[in-house]
Amino acid sequence: MEVGQLQRSFVEFTESLFREGFLDAQFCQLQQLQDENNPDFVIEVVSLFFEDSEKLLNDLTRALDQQDVDFKKVDACVHQLKGSSSSIGAERVKNACIAFRNFCDELNIDACLRCLQHVKQEYLLVKNKLETLFRLEQQILAAGGAIPMVE
Amino acid sequence: MDDSSSGCSHSSKKKSTMADDDRKELHVLAVDDNIIDRKIVEKLLISSSCKVTTAENGIRALEYLGNLGVHSESQTPALHQDDAIPTAAGDLKVNLIITDYCMPEMTGYELLKKIKESSILKDIPVIVMSSENIPTRIHKCLEEGAQMFMLKPLKHSDVTRLRCQLMQCRS
Repeated sequence: MEVGQLQRSFVEFTESLFREGFLDAQFCQLQQLQDENNPDFVIEVVSLFFEDSEKLLNDLTRALDQQDVDFKKVDACVHQLKGSSSSIGAERVKNACIAFRNFCDELNIDACLRCLQHVKQEYLLVKNKLETLFRLEQQILAAGGAIPMVE
Repeated sequence: MDDSSSGCSHSSKKKSTMADDDRKELHVLAVDDNIIDRKIVEKLLISSSCKVTTAENGIRALEYLGNLGVHSESQTPALHQDDAIPTAAGDLKVNLIITDYCMPEMTGYELLKKIKESSILKDIPVIVMSSENIPTRIHKCLEEGAQMFMLKPLKHSDVTRLRCQLMQCRS
């Protein structure tokens, strides 16, 4: 695929991510922080987010599987995940976490299990989207092009 | 950068020299238990020409701050005033502490209290950040002597605002 086509795909794809609420303005903040001193900043932060989120989701699965669910622990994990997703601009994951915390407050196990499923789904979706985005970037660079700025 | 072994890590855009002393970089200690937030706040501050040290919890932060006093008192023979290299004390002095509120074991509020109770540390401005906009929490921190309370996630404009406020205080 030639560079122009790749760049157009990239712009369209990025715009769709914002339009569909996968990413919000905070992601732009991350992109703005990337510079020659730190050319891989966004990928580094997002990779940390993937690692951290997967650990938290595993912890949550285990915590909700206990005989006596420790809601304090569940809430603490969701709080962490809400924080990280908010910091990188993963809007849908963040919103799913907000809903999750409300059910933690109510000590409602069934609702929490449903919320966990929802958070997992949203996480996998945004992970997939971001990996596609990074792949597109690599393809553009490999073809000798520059990554277009998307407002 | 190795956060795990000592709990603290340093990074800076450039090394400070004696010539830079006139336009001293702000040295900020950023405390947050979340690794993603630590990385982001560090980059935000570096992009605003600050020197940054990060700590993953209140205890590590206090250890680091406590060690500053030790270094300035026990200077090794190699570190004299006339040397071209900066002294350990001059290099490590912290101008600002920015801390997350929600942290396990020691909250940002508890860290703030400890800093304000210390005769050595009480004059260092402390900014508390939180993802939650809870008026009683904000009030409590300001009452305890926090310079500012900021909502997470931090943006570039927040750091600019923070710098302005801080520079006004110093002059």
